[in-house]
Amino acid sequence: MPARARPLSPHLFIYRWQIGNSLSILHRLTGLFLGLGFVALAYWFVALATGYPSYRFAARLFASPLGGLALFGWTFAFFYHFLNGVRHLLWDAGRGFERAERRASGWLAVAGAISLTLAVWLLLWHFERL
Amino acid sequence: MTLRSPLGKVLGLGSAKSGTAHWWGQRVSAIALIPLVLWFIFSLLLLPNLDYATAHAWLHWPVSGFLAILLVGVVAYHSYLGTTVVVEDYVHGEGYKLLGLLLLRFLHVLVAGAAIFAILCIAFGT
Repeated sequence: MPARARPLSPHLFIYRWQIGNSLSILHRLTGLFLGLGFVALAYWFVALATGYPSYRFAARLFASPLGGLALFGWTFAFFYHFLNGVRHLLWDAGRGFERAERRASGWLAVAGAISLTLAVWLLLWHFERL
Repeated sequence: MTLRSPLGKVLGLGSAKSGTAHWWGQRVSAIALIPLVLWFIFSLLLLPNLDYATAHAWLHWPVSGFLAILLVGVVAYHSYLGTTVVVEDYVHGEGYKLLGLLLLRFLHVLVAGAAIFAILCIAFGT
């Protein structure tokens, strides 16, 4: 360790909170949460392969209030991570770096994720009622 | 003018000692996942319901089984790359970091292996 304090480059907390960094953090959080969703997906495949009783147990687990909440969360996390991921890929291709474009695409990813999540769940709800 | 040493230039791997391999793998798997996850979501939504017989028959169909295995493999790879960065960023002790990275790798292989084995059982079972 140095004997005297050296100047440090400004860290995260010195910057104003804004949409760019919020969406970046949300991308990482949804990615982590989707990692758990991957375990749930694997469990669903294993339950399906194990036979009817274990599949019925898994289906009940996913249909429980907590299971439903998790599935709803995974739907949103997926659509957000998906749309924001495409946003990142466009940046990687060198497009959309202007300030207005960055903000618009960010809000588009959020609005798109919310709409797609609601669309999927309304569809599921609608067919369950048929 | 460049500040890179001649040796660094030749090796071209930077401080992470892996060059752009991680970054590139994350992008390639992201692109591969676009059609795979869309296929998965639409197939499930298009099924009349998700009871045992319907889901089993769907996954027993060779095209579903094949694509599901690809999906699981690529998701595992993408998730492994992503969660690895999180551990590298936030776990600071060298011992804990190594342990976390090992655990992540084992868990991803374990979960993906179990899912792929299950899909194969359904594909080749009666």
